[in-house]
Amino acid sequence: MSNLWRLREYLRPYAGRMAAMLVLAVFASLAALATPRMIQAVIDGPVTRADDDGLWWLAAAILALGVAEAFLVWLRRYIQATVALGVEADMRRDIYAHVQKLHAGFHDRFQTGQLLSRATGDLGRIRRFAAWGMIFLVINVFTYVAVIAQLLQIYWPLGLVVAASAVPLFFLSRSFARGYIRASRAEQDQAGEVANTAEETAQGIRVVKAFGRSRHVIERFEGEAAKLRDISVGKVRMLSKSWSMFDAIPNLVLAAVLIGGSIAVAAGAMTIGELVAFVTLQLMLVWPIEALGWIIANGNEAMTAADRIFDVLDTEPAIVDRPGATDLDRADAKGHLRFEGVRFGYEGTGKEILTGLDLDVRPGETLAIAGVTGCGKTTLLSLAPRLYDVTEGRVTIDGRDVRDLTLSSLRRNVATAFEDPTLFSMSVRENLTLGREDATEADIEEALQVAQAEFVYDLPWGLDTRIGEQGLSLSGGQRQRLALARAVIVKPAVLILDDPLSALDVHTEELVERALASVLKGTTALVAVHRPSTVALADRVALLQDGTIVAVGTHSELLESTPAYRAVLSAEADTVGAAA
Amino acid sequence: MTVQTPPKPEVKESHAWRGIADTEEAERTSAEQDDASSIKALRARGRKLLGSLIRPYRKVLLWTVVLLLIQNAAGMAGPLLVKLGIDAGIPPIVENENYATLIAVGAAFLAAIAVEYLTKRGFLSLSGKVGQQILLDLRRRVFTHFQKLSIAFHERFTSGRVVARLTSDMDAIRELADGGVNDLVLSALSIVTISVILLVLDPMLALVALLSFPVMLWLSNWFRVNSARVYRRTRETIALVIVYFVESMGGVRAVQAYRREPRNQRIFDDLNEDNRAENVAGHRLSATFAGGVKGIGNLTTALVLAYGAYRVLHHQTDVGVLAAFVLYLRRFFDPMQELSMFYNTLQSANAALDKLAGVLAEEPDVPEPAEPKPLPAARGELRFDRVRFWYHKDKVVLPTFDLHIPAGQTVALVGATGAGKTTIAKLVSRFYDPSEGVVSLDGVSLKDIAEPELRRAVAMVTQENFLFAGTIGENIAFGRPDATREQIEEAARAIGAHEFITGLPEGYDTDVRKRGGRLSAGQRQLVAFARAFLADPRVLILDEATSSLDIPSERLVQRALRTILADRTAIVIAHRLSTVEIADRVLVLDGGQVVEDGPPSALIDGGGRYAKLHEQWQDSLV
Ligand SMILES: Nc1ncnc2c1ncn2[C@@H]1O[C@H](COP(=O)(O)OP(=O)(O)O)[C@@H](O)[C@H]1O
Ligand SMILES: Nc1ncnc2c1ncn2[C@@H]1O[C@H](COP(=O)(O)OP(=O)(O)O)[C@@H](O)[C@H]1O
Ligand SMILES: [Mg+2]
Ligand SMILES: [Mg+2]
Repeated sequence: MSNLWRLREYLRPYAGRMAAMLVLAVFASLAALATPRMIQAVIDGPVTRADDDGLWWLAAAILALGVAEAFLVWLRRYIQATVALGVEADMRRDIYAHVQKLHAGFHDRFQTGQLLSRATGDLGRIRRFAAWGMIFLVINVFTYVAVIAQLLQIYWPLGLVVAASAVPLFFLSRSFARGYIRASRAEQDQAGEVANTAEETAQGIRVVKAFGRSRHVIERFEGEAAKLRDISVGKVRMLSKSWSMFDAIPNLVLAAVLIGGSIAVAAGAMTIGELVAFVTLQLMLVWPIEALGWIIANGNEAMTAADRIFDVLDTEPAIVDRPGATDLDRADAKGHLRFEGVRFGYEGTGKEILTGLDLDVRPGETLAIAGVTGCGKTTLLSLAPRLYDVTEGRVTIDGRDVRDLTLSSLRRNVATAFEDPTLFSMSVRENLTLGREDATEADIEEALQVAQAEFVYDLPWGLDTRIGEQGLSLSGGQRQRLALARAVIVKPAVLILDDPLSALDVHTEELVERALASVLKGTTALVAVHRPSTVALADRVALLQDGTIVAVGTHSELLESTPAYRAVLSAEADTVGAAA
Repeated sequence: MTVQTPPKPEVKESHAWRGIADTEEAERTSAEQDDASSIKALRARGRKLLGSLIRPYRKVLLWTVVLLLIQNAAGMAGPLLVKLGIDAGIPPIVENENYATLIAVGAAFLAAIAVEYLTKRGFLSLSGKVGQQILLDLRRRVFTHFQKLSIAFHERFTSGRVVARLTSDMDAIRELADGGVNDLVLSALSIVTISVILLVLDPMLALVALLSFPVMLWLSNWFRVNSARVYRRTRETIALVIVYFVESMGGVRAVQAYRREPRNQRIFDDLNEDNRAENVAGHRLSATFAGGVKGIGNLTTALVLAYGAYRVLHHQTDVGVLAAFVLYLRRFFDPMQELSMFYNTLQSANAALDKLAGVLAEEPDVPEPAEPKPLPAARGELRFDRVRFWYHKDKVVLPTFDLHIPAGQTVALVGATGAGKTTIAKLVSRFYDPSEGVVSLDGVSLKDIAEPELRRAVAMVTQENFLFAGTIGENIAFGRPDATREQIEEAARAIGAHEFITGLPEGYDTDVRKRGGRLSAGQRQLVAFARAFLADPRVLILDEATSSLDIPSERLVQRALRTILADRTAIVIAHRLSTVEIADRVLVLDGGQVVEDGPPSALIDGGGRYAKLHEQWQDSLV
């Protein structure tokens, strides 16, 4: 409930229009209510009197009222469109803004489909509530009270009977709402699961095809969809039970009024005319009460949708600017990167990946991190731009804790080429300038040259060519080079390269290394490496093992002194394998 | 320098970020085009789809209509019984305290309420169930069809759009199933009945009332045409929103690391705004429609009243008839109002249905064989017979390619980026069909092999290493669902993944989370290897599959490969020639053509391109 109430923040900008909608709705009902009176007047007046005096006036008035009503209806719905859709679009904007801010750890856990279903399906429910549910609720309660007041006036004992029908209605509503709210939440969660499955299988379509497992994923999807159907059918059953009750109660009361009224009339406590008027008025209650079932369902769905949305919006981004965080100006940054007693473990895994790690990367130096697969190189690299925060110890740039810097200035100074080169379905230019919108053609050209990615100029529309989803119509090596160019173009103080040349062939690798060398000369760089050839980029190498740095030195020093290093990076074993 | 640039299609200024693709239609299915005849054809498909969805439930739906009619009749009885009670029940009480009639009427009323309650409940739950079932059928059908469509289709359509079709479009249709269908039947019914009653009461007056019909029709038609266009755009704009949302979430690390958030937000706001504008346009159309229906109804009522009064005054009809007319007119136009609401939902659902029909109309361009030929006993002989291939007609990737790989041979493909190595791998695993010529396995064209059989025979490991959310064990067993735990562990052990897996808190039962994010890139690659080995195919394709591995792991994998590939046909694509050296035969590719072919040692001695590559690679090892 409270989350539904919180929606008012989103309604506030539309408060004026909502008030206008209500007023218009009331006026439209008044116009609709006035028409029967006028008709009455026509029949009782000119027609009965048998002269057409005044008939035309009355007819004109009815006509005017009718047109007015239509106009009011049109105007209300015209306004309603901007309100309901405005609320929807505003909330969607905020959801997107918020999830973009949420830390990597959140995204590790939360599947995209679930987020998406909040930003589409759930918002649709809120939109419907904002468009219809609220207005109907107000109008119907208003009608109910107005009618009851008149009924009490006509004959209060029966009026009380009708008013008393509010009691069962209340309990019925409450029990309906209680069950329905659970079903509605379950339905929305399951819709999210369906979206998850759809999204995951769409992304993994190549693997599904390669292993001929279409049948399996179809079954999985069907399983989720069938679960959704079952929940929805359960919900429908609940609906059918309550809605038919909402229908029956006013009718039961009507029957009671008929009996009681007849007796009252027989006893002379009421005239027949009064009874007829009473019943006619009471009939006006049937629709508002029937609609109550719909409104409750609509409101509950909006409520659980709001719950789900605020679940996400209330998740505080774990990685934000500390109070008093200051900017690190790119011009001042020397790029002295230090890890001091760093400990880190991924949330919810209960395993420490880095266990008190110290490392000093001097300004302008290129340091390679070597270590076996899964030892924590990528993890270590993700700490510098604060994709994750250390659990203990600290990471500093130029002696300042990265957590004391504003995120945006930190990330302006630290650029990463990830090992999975994510590209977006946008133009090449947009993909390249991700971290630097204002890059000039010359900047782009330079970065492309360093990464040896000039092939993009040969694409059909050059830099304006859209590259496919995840850049999949490019080869792995091409994607990797674009990701490299993307990092280089930022001209950061600290350049982080996660296994940047793994997908390149030997020849290209050599070219990239040569071009990259000029960039690395003036930039601090941290490079995760697997191959001796990539080590050539570095001034020094650090060996990461069991969560700490166990040795630092030049490639040849370490080959000489450290057996563990030899095991990881010795070219010899490799050549032995090749010669065999 | 640029030779020929294809013409630049028009791109909306604010959408410049998207860049230029072949055609904007690249993201639509081929059935969705903008010209009138395609739209009409698509509409027809949509209708046919709806028909085919409803057909299995014809009987149940008939029952729901029956229930609805009974419910309606019972509902109508209420006011009648009240009238009866007052007219016939009260006098006997006044006269001789005889309550019998009143009690009888009361009992009848209770019975009517009970009937109404039961039929309404029955109707709601029955129709709701059918609606949900139809929705499930539709979801299943569309999803299954997406699975049938080729990789080429998915590449241009993008996964975000697949998700949009399977979620937001379904939602639009669900709204239709959720409510309104009962109104439709009831409203149509009462409009017809009342028309008849009016005609019987006073044909002349009725004609005036029925004058509103052509106007209504014209208005509905106006609404139909315009709303169809708007709602189609609504579906398209929301799809763009979804695509962008899904992509941003997928690449959220890059987004954050590059401080992309503000620009993303601007772009997203823009897309969101486009969608909102279309939606508002749709709602406003429906506002006009609803207001129009109301206006026509009120206008007609006024006309009837005036003309009716005139007729009464001139003794052409009597007051009772006029009163009845006016009352009935109200019940004549109210349902129309409901119909107009329903029509709106219907139009929105129709637009979604058309989109889905478009998907279903898409022909799989790598279709399953109609009459599959069985594969002979496992051997694994591959043959490319005068194969030509291009992704786009203007750029041939493989110009007339002939290749024979005897069963059991391990072939390494080397060559510069873009030489066509991956393309050959994709042809063998039938992600694409050759544009000309035949690729065959054991003498049977790949096009004639039943999908499951082909997939059992050919498996591929790429550098993408996509893992599904779920346990490591499940992921390894993906290609062979009936594998036992022992077999899974054996496969993991064979390529050296067992150790790290058992090091994880829950071992093989560790959930790797979405995309395998719980693992490091190298670990994912190992799992992908284990997955392919467990599938035990007769042809194994490795496309740069060891790129993220460290040297010890790579060595382990290579050792495993020696045994695994010993009796198996294999195509190995690798930049690291250490992996290539385990091959029996090396093919050097250039521009889609084989320029060198022979055992590695012979090629090294031959002093050709491969020899040079090998030399370079040796140098890189220092
Ligand atoms: N997002 C994550 N959540 C939980 N565990 C993770 C996550 N990413 C990596 N790990 C685990 O942390 C360890 C180190 O991974 P990583 O830093 O990627 O290794 P690498 O040295 O190969 O780059 C691995 O054992 C992996 O299973
Ligand atoms: N999905 C695709 N759509 C269009 N062109 C493609 C696609 N995939 C590859 N190409 C083009 O086909 C050619 C061969 O590519 P590929 O087989 O991936 O080469 P390799 O694996 O040898 O690097 C390249 O020019 C590449 O740009
Ligand atoms: Mg890594
Ligand atoms: Mg390739």
